[in-house]
Amino acid sequence: MIELGILGVSAFLLLIITVWKRRSPSVVRELPALVRLYRAIGLSVEDGTRLHISLGHGGLLNARGGSALAGLAALRLISERTSVSDQPPVASAGDPTLGLLTQDTLQAGYQAAGVEELYVPTSGRVTGFGPFGFAAGAMPITSNENISANILLGHFGAEVGLLTEASERENVTVIGASDDLAGQSILFASSQDSLIGEELFASGAYIGAGPSHMASLTVQDVLRWVIVLVLFAGAFLKFAGMI
Amino acid sequence: MRVLTAIIAIAVGVLVLLGYFFPALPYVQDIQALLLNWAMLMIAAAAIVGVLNLVFVHADKIRRREKGNLYSAILIIFLFGTFLLGLILPPGHEIMRLILNGVIFPVEAALMGILTITLLYAAVRLLRRRADFTTIVFLVTAALVLFGSATLPFGENIPVFSGLATWIREVLAAGGARGILIGVSLGTLLTGLRVLFGIDRPYGGN
Repeated sequence: MIELGILGVSAFLLLIITVWKRRSPSVVRELPALVRLYRAIGLSVEDGTRLHISLGHGGLLNARGGSALAGLAALRLISERTSVSDQPPVASAGDPTLGLLTQDTLQAGYQAAGVEELYVPTSGRVTGFGPFGFAAGAMPITSNENISANILLGHFGAEVGLLTEASERENVTVIGASDDLAGQSILFASSQDSLIGEELFASGAYIGAGPSHMASLTVQDVLRWVIVLVLFAGAFLKFAGMI
Repeated sequence: MRVLTAIIAIAVGVLVLLGYFFPALPYVQDIQALLLNWAMLMIAAAAIVGVLNLVFVHADKIRRREKGNLYSAILIIFLFGTFLLGLILPPGHEIMRLILNGVIFPVEAALMGILTITLLYAAVRLLRRRADFTTIVFLVTAALVLFGSATLPFGENIPVFSGLATWIREVLAAGGARGILIGVSLGTLLTGLRVLFGIDRPYGGN
């Protein structure tokens, strides 16, 4: 019942705060990696280069689905903003179901921009199966397709080091976030600005996905403070010998 | 059509959730099991579509004579070769095991080896790229844990570093990791709720 309570409270807060954010939009603190992402989107249209958005190899039927869905939300906006470019974006995934959704999301972005006829189905790709197969398939995209920025949002493990190394060789900007601790530490070491922990889920809010994404950030902050208070209360009660 | 897909997606999400939270309700668990079985079948179908996508992308590269098209040709030849062998030979046949043990595992091990050198190089470059307090803490921690985990030539760990590395792993790193994972869980929860409410539609709607 605790789980149902958390879900209910989160849903209620999300709906209420979304309505509130629609009326009074708020400002978010600056995250260098997401500022760089915002700039990379604009630059790719201006200088005729391509963006590579990779959503990792997390499936949708397990705990990694959340990061994949966050990546898809960002992909939807990026494809809408860059679809009219001479070099439209290319997206890759290492899971077949995620690959299908990647193609569908890219197409939705083109539709929203009013240029559905420009959509090429092979711009959404399944580059391989399994962590290393996926990375090995995604590495040549950086060197062969006039990429200006690699945007890695999803589930990446240690193999993300191969992608960042390929980007470094081609002097391509890397903006990366993963829900996996090994992936996060490697992205921290090998990218210009890295996103840590839940910052992966903030990408939508920073590139203008709307009030619901802003509301999500506020609800996450509220829930985080509740967890902090519960942890302190638990520690105090244990210290006092009451539990 | 977009409204219909959203209604179906939301209804399926709610029914699966009901199965988790109210298993005693009549039919709810049966419906949940049925929907999850359908999802499994769809994943299997998606795997075939994924392989076809891989073939189309690489066939396109060969047709356009793009850079690296030789590798695309090798990939397609070996993909179809392995597929045919899988159809002809019984599961666990020696040739299939040879492909797995003699090609796939060594290639993955080689990539892992390359990754080790890549990470070492990334750590060296990190100080040049971003010489701040966080970077120094990151590198010093990594070095301490490495020294603590490394064995001396006569088979024992370095005494002081060993205890320090254990303390870093079990206290500092475990605490930090839990904090990060709580944040990721909250993000996942809110992302899931947005999909459940039809605000985010990764299934193609605007």
